[in-house]
Amino acid sequence: MADTPLVNLTIEGRQTSVPAGTTILEAAKTVGVLIPHYCYHPGLPIAGVCRMCLVDVEKAPKLAPACATYVAEGQVVTVHNAKARDARTGVLEMLLINHPLDCPICDQSGECELQDYTYAEGRADSRYREPKRFNPVEDFGGDVLYVPNRCILCTRCVRFMEDVAKEPTLNVSERGDRAYIGCFEGKDLTHPWSGNVVDLCPVGALLSKDFLNKARAWELDRTASVCPGCTQGCNTIVETRDNVVMRLKPRSNEDVNGYFMCDYGRTTYRALNRRDRIETPLVADNGGMESIGWELAIESAGNVLRGRKVFILASPSLSNEALHLLKRISAISDGGRGAFRVERGDEAPLAGVEDLALRAERAPNVRGAELMGFRESDSPLTELTRDAVLIVADHPLRANDITHAARAAAVIVIGTTLPEGLRNVAVALPIANMAEEEGTFTNLRGRVQRFLQAKVAPGESRPSWSVLADLLGALGESAQHYTASSVFAALAASHADFSGLTYDRLGLRGLPVLTAQQAAGAGGVA
Amino acid sequence: MGYPFKPHPRETLVLSKYFGEREAISLDGWQKRGGYVALKNALGMDPVAITNVVKESGLRGRGGAGFPTGLKWSFMKLGDGKPHYLCCNADESEPGTFKDREIMRWTPHALIEGCAIASYAIGAETCYIYIRGEFTEPLLRMEAAVTEAYAAGIIGPNAMGSGKTVNVWVHKGAGAYICGEETAMMNSIEGKRGNPRIKPPFPAVSGVFGMPTTINNVETLAAVPHILNNGAEWYKKMARPDNPKSTGTKLWSVCGNVARPGNYEVEMGFPFKDFLYDLCGGPPTGRKFKAVIPGGSSVPFMNMEEAEAAFMDYEGMVAQGTMLGSAGCIVFDDTQSIPKQVARLARFYAHESCAQCTQCREGTAWTTKIVERIVAGNGTSEDLDTLLDIAEQMTGKTICVLSDSCAAPVVSALQRFRGEFEALIKRKVQPAVPVVA
Repeated sequence: MADTPLVNLTIEGRQTSVPAGTTILEAAKTVGVLIPHYCYHPGLPIAGVCRMCLVDVEKAPKLAPACATYVAEGQVVTVHNAKARDARTGVLEMLLINHPLDCPICDQSGECELQDYTYAEGRADSRYREPKRFNPVEDFGGDVLYVPNRCILCTRCVRFMEDVAKEPTLNVSERGDRAYIGCFEGKDLTHPWSGNVVDLCPVGALLSKDFLNKARAWELDRTASVCPGCTQGCNTIVETRDNVVMRLKPRSNEDVNGYFMCDYGRTTYRALNRRDRIETPLVADNGGMESIGWELAIESAGNVLRGRKVFILASPSLSNEALHLLKRISAISDGGRGAFRVERGDEAPLAGVEDLALRAERAPNVRGAELMGFRESDSPLTELTRDAVLIVADHPLRANDITHAARAAAVIVIGTTLPEGLRNVAVALPIANMAEEEGTFTNLRGRVQRFLQAKVAPGESRPSWSVLADLLGALGESAQHYTASSVFAALAASHADFSGLTYDRLGLRGLPVLTAQQAAGAGGVA
Repeated sequence: MGYPFKPHPRETLVLSKYFGEREAISLDGWQKRGGYVALKNALGMDPVAITNVVKESGLRGRGGAGFPTGLKWSFMKLGDGKPHYLCCNADESEPGTFKDREIMRWTPHALIEGCAIASYAIGAETCYIYIRGEFTEPLLRMEAAVTEAYAAGIIGPNAMGSGKTVNVWVHKGAGAYICGEETAMMNSIEGKRGNPRIKPPFPAVSGVFGMPTTINNVETLAAVPHILNNGAEWYKKMARPDNPKSTGTKLWSVCGNVARPGNYEVEMGFPFKDFLYDLCGGPPTGRKFKAVIPGGSSVPFMNMEEAEAAFMDYEGMVAQGTMLGSAGCIVFDDTQSIPKQVARLARFYAHESCAQCTQCREGTAWTTKIVERIVAGNGTSEDLDTLLDIAEQMTGKTICVLSDSCAAPVVSALQRFRGEFEALIKRKVQPAVPVVA
């Protein structure tokens, strides 16, 4: 865009300069003016059909659709005058004549653009006296239900499947006010990214079956986060109610996931609500495990570790902060080792967005674990020696891992759950999961992204970095950390790849790490 | 008028001269009548010179908008290295219009000749003739004529031995009114749903398959060979002396309550009163004219005062508050109920709306429901103001003009015949007992 000439225009009396080829709607965003719209979405091709974004352009004979009109030098655009407002009020009345006023039972209520704009600029009453059109609810397959009565035919869903997923599935069937969204013969919304149509739908016409009737939008608390589903690291919003994650939604980030996230990623919220958590520190006692206070638990873990070799099984789903501290623990003992395993699945790209896919590696911080010096292995415990203490850091165990683990001199679990079948556990330290603490992940392109705390950890569980910092302290190391950001600062100071990065610099969109190769070569950073 | 009757002496026969002559349909018959001379000459001319002759003649689009044809052709940048396309709009779906049908039925080669000349003039090697789905007979005639023309080497890779390529494809639509809108037609030709596109980009920049495209009506293209044969001056003379903006002859399709309905060809600027009472024979016996829609169902109604003062050209119709449109003239006599006619027209538009734009999708259907309710005797006093408000929302706010076309008859009928609507509302006619199927 560097070579694109700038165009000066005035929108609602505010001057702005935007690159030539920008639409009025996007230009208005630069001066803080929201032009109401339905069919327009920055991640989709322009349709210009809802006619909601009509604005008054000085000297133009007719109102112009802001989404499909490009800026011109000296243009004077007015959004909030009588002419443009009348047009919007007219569109809203038209959209509502066949739209049921069932907001009280509609899942979209509270986050519905039709509701919002009608409250803002709609008529108080309707002049429509005729019966409303009726079509039955349809199951579109996958996670999607279609409620045609609420549909305003903005065609965002049609365009997503056709132009972004590149798998034409939906269409506009019929004409006139009989039109509805149809599925092509023999097709349904089982594409791994099709759940996005629910987010894209500006009204309650496309609903998630998973979220159906679960919560009202206004009851949800929203927290910026990163999807823990795979190495892509899609930016998300964790939506919680009463300390339970209700759903994950994509948070836009042009450098990572555009405006989208995959269906698999959406289901990862369930793991964040697990009920089989360890809620207090536990120590081995007479063949069983006994709850004990944190100070004693850390002390016993320190006693188990002191002077022994350590082998760390570190989950690639742990934050960079936790992995950094784990690495320090392994470094204390001579010959300390660490490894991890990555669960794999099928890769599922979103064809219309560059470098966006549900990645085969189904853990968020594989790159981070590698950068910290942990080694990936399909059978990570084969190198575990009999003289070593095994630290299982929230890593899931398979049957052969359990067999290998039995060799360890002792086992310390630092995790959210106690792995089933693991016998020789000396100490178990409960930690928060990724929705319950702050931290960072490094995605497969080396982008470090922050996630924030969305809910409270159960029982006495504490953030992973806090537990590990205390454990380092118990081992005589200096690791006084009271915030995740201070752990990250220590990480950045000690790790060349992360140098110069801070939480403040990362913001909520993340920054790429400077790897050795990239520093040497001139390669671009994803 | 031509087929099936003899032409009226006051008509000027250019395009309709051979309507009804079976022999003129074939290539031989057409060549005997002077066909393809213009094409032969044109292929030896500079394309820009052809465009200039058409510009000079004052020929304007006969599909409805009346855009100057030569100017439209000059928007095509010759030699830009891109394939150019010509689309001939033969999707004549405007209610009340049936002039293009007759051109294609009786003089298919006149259209092919016009298409070939226009293709050459705009630098196109491919021309699509997009025929309305319901036109079975014109389709057969056009396909046969195209086959004949290819076989005779008139069109094809070496058109008339000139070394120039002119390919003509006859493309059958599926019967959607909206596919007569030029951008919807381009989508339809590409095999997509016939939805109008947002302009800009205009077809001359990005049309069929994203390439520069010109779209012309059948009647426009059929007039081109005559202009080349007889010269621009000849064509220009056929106009009202005080209005040089509308030139040439125009085919008028007349239907409804007239003694002699059919196609008439008159010079631009012909007095509408003479046309209705003399050429068309006036109202059926014992009746009086009440209203006229002069240019296809999309243009405003005229009452008889306006109609009798009107001149039959683009400006003459605008002066009476309506438009020339496609010159599909629908005449109503005093036995007709205007609200009922408006309901029928609105229902047509509600059925044909492509469902893209909100105002059109919902507005056409809403308008229909209100007018039909009024006609059924269940109207309320607020209905007429609501109708005008809806029409206001439907005008000038959508991608194409289908919704404007639905609003125009409603508004104009309400302006001129509001009393009829009010009478229905006040009388509160009992609704008919619903028929149980």
